Amino acid sequence: MSILEAQGLEVHYGGIRAVKGIDLHIDAGELVCLIGANGAGKSSTLRALAGLAADTAGRVTYVGRDITALPAFERARAGLAMVPEGRGVFAQLSVDENLRMGAYARRDEGIAADREEVFTLFPRLRERRHQTGGTLSGGEQQMLALGRALLSRPKLLMLDEPSMGLAPLVVRRIFEVIRDINARGVTVLLVEQNAKAALQLATRAYVMESGLITLEGEARSLLDDPKVREAYLGESIAS
Amino acid sequence: MLACGQKAFAAGAIETLMDIFIQQLVNGITLGAVYAVVALGYTMVYGIIQLINFAHGELVMIGAMVAFTLIGVLTPLGVPALPAVLVATLCAMTACALLGYAMERLAYRPLRRAPRLAPLISAIGVSIILQHLALLVWSRNPLAFPQIVKTESFALAGATITNIQIGIIVISVAMMLGLAWLVYRTRLGIAMRATSQNAQMAALLGVDANQVIALTFIIGAALAAVAGVMVGSYYGIAHYTMGSALGLKAFCAAVLGGIGNIPGAMLGGVLLGLVEALGAGYIGDFTDNVFGSNYQDVFAFMVLILVLVFRPSGLLGERVGDRA
Repeated sequence: MSILEAQGLEVHYGGIRAVKGIDLHIDAGELVCLIGANGAGKSSTLRALAGLAADTAGRVTYVGRDITALPAFERARAGLAMVPEGRGVFAQLSVDENLRMGAYARRDEGIAADREEVFTLFPRLRERRHQTGGTLSGGEQQMLALGRALLSRPKLLMLDEPSMGLAPLVVRRIFEVIRDINARGVTVLLVEQNAKAALQLATRAYVMESGLITLEGEARSLLDDPKVREAYLGESIAS
Repeated sequence: MLACGQKAFAAGAIETLMDIFIQQLVNGITLGAVYAVVALGYTMVYGIIQLINFAHGELVMIGAMVAFTLIGVLTPLGVPALPAVLVATLCAMTACALLGYAMERLAYRPLRRAPRLAPLISAIGVSIILQHLALLVWSRNPLAFPQIVKTESFALAGATITNIQIGIIVISVAMMLGLAWLVYRTRLGIAMRATSQNAQMAALLGVDANQVIALTFIIGAALAAVAGVMVGSYYGIAHYTMGSALGLKAFCAAVLGGIGNIPGAMLGGVLLGLVEALGAGYIGDFTDNVFGSNYQDVFAFMVLILVLVFRPSGLLGERVGDRA
């Protein structure tokens, strides 16, 4: 059963249609990636799914429930988590407080244990738990953003360009963690410009081009698709 | 013999000067504590929605008016002084909290996405409406603070401090400590700071911004009500115009500390109280009595201008630019 489904999704900014009516679905347990060039509408799609885009059309269904009209904070409370582009770390809150915000909507007893788990996943965060978010490096901020999102115990985790601006070694670590999160049963929707890494990680993929989905399929088969290789993997295909 | 007398006279004069200084310190800290409590309301609202709530001063006035009216009703019924003041203050806090919620809901929330000038004008409108409502309800005559708490004076290093001053300082400090605990230690407080830093990200974590903003108004308004009771009992009267000047001064204090910055509002309030009291105490000496202590109100605005010119971000503020 699909956990999230969008039908005819459009996103408008003023007079511009950034997303021009797309259909997509994500099944429980999947790791789906959405790739495409800069300005293709990937981030706009994600923002619309999270409830942040003001002017949208189409229908979004989450675990069988129509959430098209639901504000962002209620989607988050329902288990739809998103780490936005730029990571969204609260610069003036401590690492601990940032993590506490991750569990904001929760009232159960398991928060402390989950935080320990995040600290095990990212020992760096434990070392810096009293520092403010703004003093962390880019990689550490991404770890904090991921850890914070995990503390909300999401059903679906949406990540917007988690590799952006990070050193290759850090990117590899972040991607490992994303795979690990998915292996623990969290469904992931990953938006990436780093198409090769994303396709190697994902089970299924969508390719966006100027506001439309132009290709979709198994990530592995897209990796071998000549069109994808030429346009997104930077390979010139001799014909 | 003569020289000796002169020395004694000089020593006496210095002692008197010192006494005046300490007296003005006591008065300044008392007033400053009230400014700080009111300034917190400005700064919390600004921190979270970047609005200068110019109607905040009127909440102070309405707090004083409601409390004074209730004390006036309760005392003849034979209610002892302390419970009467307590009940009246709690009622004033409730009334102001409701009013604070109503103004956010009716006058500011519909304008959340409007250009920034719109809510600012709306705030000035709310201020005028509240002032005239108070005029209708309580008339233009000042309400006298019912003399149920006897003023007692204590000697303090050559100056005197009254029980009312002590009460004001103690209550203000307690409220500031309580607020600091709320903002820095509780789930709601962390959500407030998160929303003020990045409202969109806070929403992505499940924070209902409307709820957090409404609570910010409610807390600020309740603090304003207590400030109203304190300043009213300090001066002995409450009047429907008392909120404007006090509100503007507290706003100056918030700017001095760095608008949006909570410790800044506390620091700014106390500093402004001190500047005002010392300024009023010495202006006569420095200007050969051309200006007297009735020029007291000038100092707050001088401070405001100096801060805006030389350090627009305030003493503890970091974010510069983008000011309403």
